[in-house]
Amino acid sequence: MTKPGTEAHPLRVAIVGAGPAGYYAADHLLRRDGVVVEVDMIDRLPTPYGLVRAGVAPDHQKIKSVTAAFDKVAAHPRFRFYGGVDFGKDITVADLRRHYHQILYSTGAQTDRRMGIPGEDLKGSHPATEFVAWYNGHPDYRDCQFDLSQERAAVVGVGNVAIDVARILCRSAQELATTDIADYALEALRRSRIKEVYLLGRRGPAQAAFTNPEVKEVGELADADVIAQPEEVELDEASRAAVERSQDRATMKKVQILREYAARKPAGKSKRLIIRFLVSPVELCGNEAGEVVAMRLVRNRLDATPAGTLQAKPTGQFETLPVGLVFRSVGYRGVPLPGVPFHEGWGVILNEHGRILDPDTKQPVAGEYAAGWIKRGPTGVIGTNKPDAAQTVECMMEDLAAGWILEPEEPDASAAERMIRGRQPKCFSYEDWLRLNELEVARGRAAGRPRAKFTRVEDMLAALGR
Amino acid sequence: MNIASLLASKGSKVITIQPEQPVRQAVGLLAQHNIGALVVVDRTSRPVGIVSERDIVRAAASNERVFSEPVGSIMTRDVIIGLPHDDLASVGHTMTERRIRHLPVMESSQLLGIVSIGDVVKAQRDQYQGEVETLQTQILSEER
Repeated sequence: MTKPGTEAHPLRVAIVGAGPAGYYAADHLLRRDGVVVEVDMIDRLPTPYGLVRAGVAPDHQKIKSVTAAFDKVAAHPRFRFYGGVDFGKDITVADLRRHYHQILYSTGAQTDRRMGIPGEDLKGSHPATEFVAWYNGHPDYRDCQFDLSQERAAVVGVGNVAIDVARILCRSAQELATTDIADYALEALRRSRIKEVYLLGRRGPAQAAFTNPEVKEVGELADADVIAQPEEVELDEASRAAVERSQDRATMKKVQILREYAARKPAGKSKRLIIRFLVSPVELCGNEAGEVVAMRLVRNRLDATPAGTLQAKPTGQFETLPVGLVFRSVGYRGVPLPGVPFHEGWGVILNEHGRILDPDTKQPVAGEYAAGWIKRGPTGVIGTNKPDAAQTVECMMEDLAAGWILEPEEPDASAAERMIRGRQPKCFSYEDWLRLNELEVARGRAAGRPRAKFTRVEDMLAALGR
Repeated sequence: MNIASLLASKGSKVITIQPEQPVRQAVGLLAQHNIGALVVVDRTSRPVGIVSERDIVRAAASNERVFSEPVGSIMTRDVIIGLPHDDLASVGHTMTERRIRHLPVMESSQLLGIVSIGDVVKAQRDQYQGEVETLQTQILSEER
C-alpha cells in the first residue's frame, strides 16, 4: 500500500466536532508542508463554531470575531463540513474507520459537574450551561424552561460562565435587544422579574477565575447595581503574600475593582448583582411542590495545600439565602463517545498528548486522536486550543510517517460523502451554513442586531428551501 | 488551570521502585523510560519517597559503590505531594522556590500521576500562547 499524503492519495482525516479545537486542528493539518490532507468535519449541529456560537455570551460579540479565521480554514478546497450529523447515532466509529486514515475527536466538555449536595435536583435548580445554551439558541435547548418569575437567583461559581449567566440575568431588555441572543430568550428575559442575583465564589477574590474586563463590565450595567461585601473582598494573609510574591498585577487590579464595588453606594437601579466570596452551598431547600426556595451556605476560610494552592475549608458557620432559581457552574466534563475510550476520573477521552489509548494496555490505538476540552479538560481561552491542537497534529504526522494509520477500505471523498448523506439526508454543507449566516445577519440588521439566529433545524431547512 | 488538566492529556503512568531495590536498578529504569525521577513505593504501593538523578549523582560523588546499595538509603523522604485541584501557578511557584523537579500527584492515598517542572513550564507556555492568540485575533478583527 502506498503511504497516503500525496495528490493522488491524500491523507483522509475525519474531525468530529466543529468547535475551536476542531478548526485549529484542521488548519494545522491543511497547512502542513509536504503532506496532502483532506479534512471532513462533522458536527451534531447544522451550524459550526461550537461554543463560539452556543457558549460565548451574546453581549460579547468581539470574542466571536474568531469565526472569521475559522471560515478561512473552511474555504480550503480540501475541507468539507457535514453539519447535523450525530456521531454515535447517524454514523459510528466503524463507519469512519472505513473511510478515513485518521479520526480526531474534538467534542468538548458537554456536561456540567454536579455540586453533590442535597436538593440539587429540586425544580428551579439548573446547570448554568443549559441556560447558556438556551439563551444562545442551541436547537437542543431552545425549549428549556426557566422560572424567571422568581425575584432572587443564585449562580454558583465565579468562572466566566458563571459571570456570563449573572450578567445576562441583570441586563435590561434594552441592552439585550442589540445582541444576537435568541428571540425567545429575549422575550422571556424581557418579562423576567429577577431583582437580585447572587454570584457565589467558594474561595476569595484573588482565586476567582473571572477576568478583569468581566468584573469591570458588571460594574457598568445599565439597570443593575453591583454589590460586594467589604469583609469578603479583603485579601487574607496567604492570598496577599501570594499576590505580592508573584507581582501579579492583574489580580491586584481585580481586588482593587472589587473593593471599589464594596465601597460603592447603590444607585437604586432596579436589579442588584451581589458578588459573594468564601461561601459554598451545602444544601438547596425546597417547598412541598419540590421547588427551590432557599440555599444553605457555609462560610469558608482559605488553607494552603502542601503544593501551595489556597483551597476553601468550611468554617462551620452557616447562613441561609432565600433564592428561587439556582444555576450551578462549578466545572464541566466531557461526555463519553460510543466506541471511544474514556477516562471517568478526568472526564476526558483517555489519551496521551492527543493519542487515544487502549483502556487495557494503556498503549496508543492506531489512527484515533483527541484535541481540545475532550483531551485536556475545560481550561483556557479559545486560543489555548491552538497549541493543544498543534500537539495532537504533531502526533498524527509522526504516526503517518511511521506508517501507523488506519487502513480504510474506501479512502475517497465521494464515497465518504455518499455514506454520510445516506445516513443523514438532512445534513448541512459549509455553503448551507454561509447562506444561513447571511440570512441571520440580514434578519438581525433591521433590528440593529448582529444577527437573529435560527434556533430550529426545521427553520434552517426551510430557510434554505429544503 | 489545575494539575488535573495537565495529567488528563499526559497520562497517569508513574514509574515506581521499592526502597530495598538497588540503585543500579533505579538507574536502569531512569534510562529506559528517559525520565528524571522515580517514585519510591512500599509493598502496599504507598509512596515513601522519591529518588531523582540528582540524588544518585550526589551519592555517587562520595561513594562509588552506591549502585549496589538500596534505593531507600539515598532517596528523598520528605516528598511534597500535589493534589489534582492544585493550580498550575502555585505548583510552579512551589517547585521553583523549593527546587523540586518532580511532584507526585495523589488523591485519597492513590497515586494519580507525576508532574515534572518541564510539564509545568510547557503548560504555562501553552496557556500564554493561547491568550496571545486570542488577543491577536480580536485586535486583527478590529483593524479590518
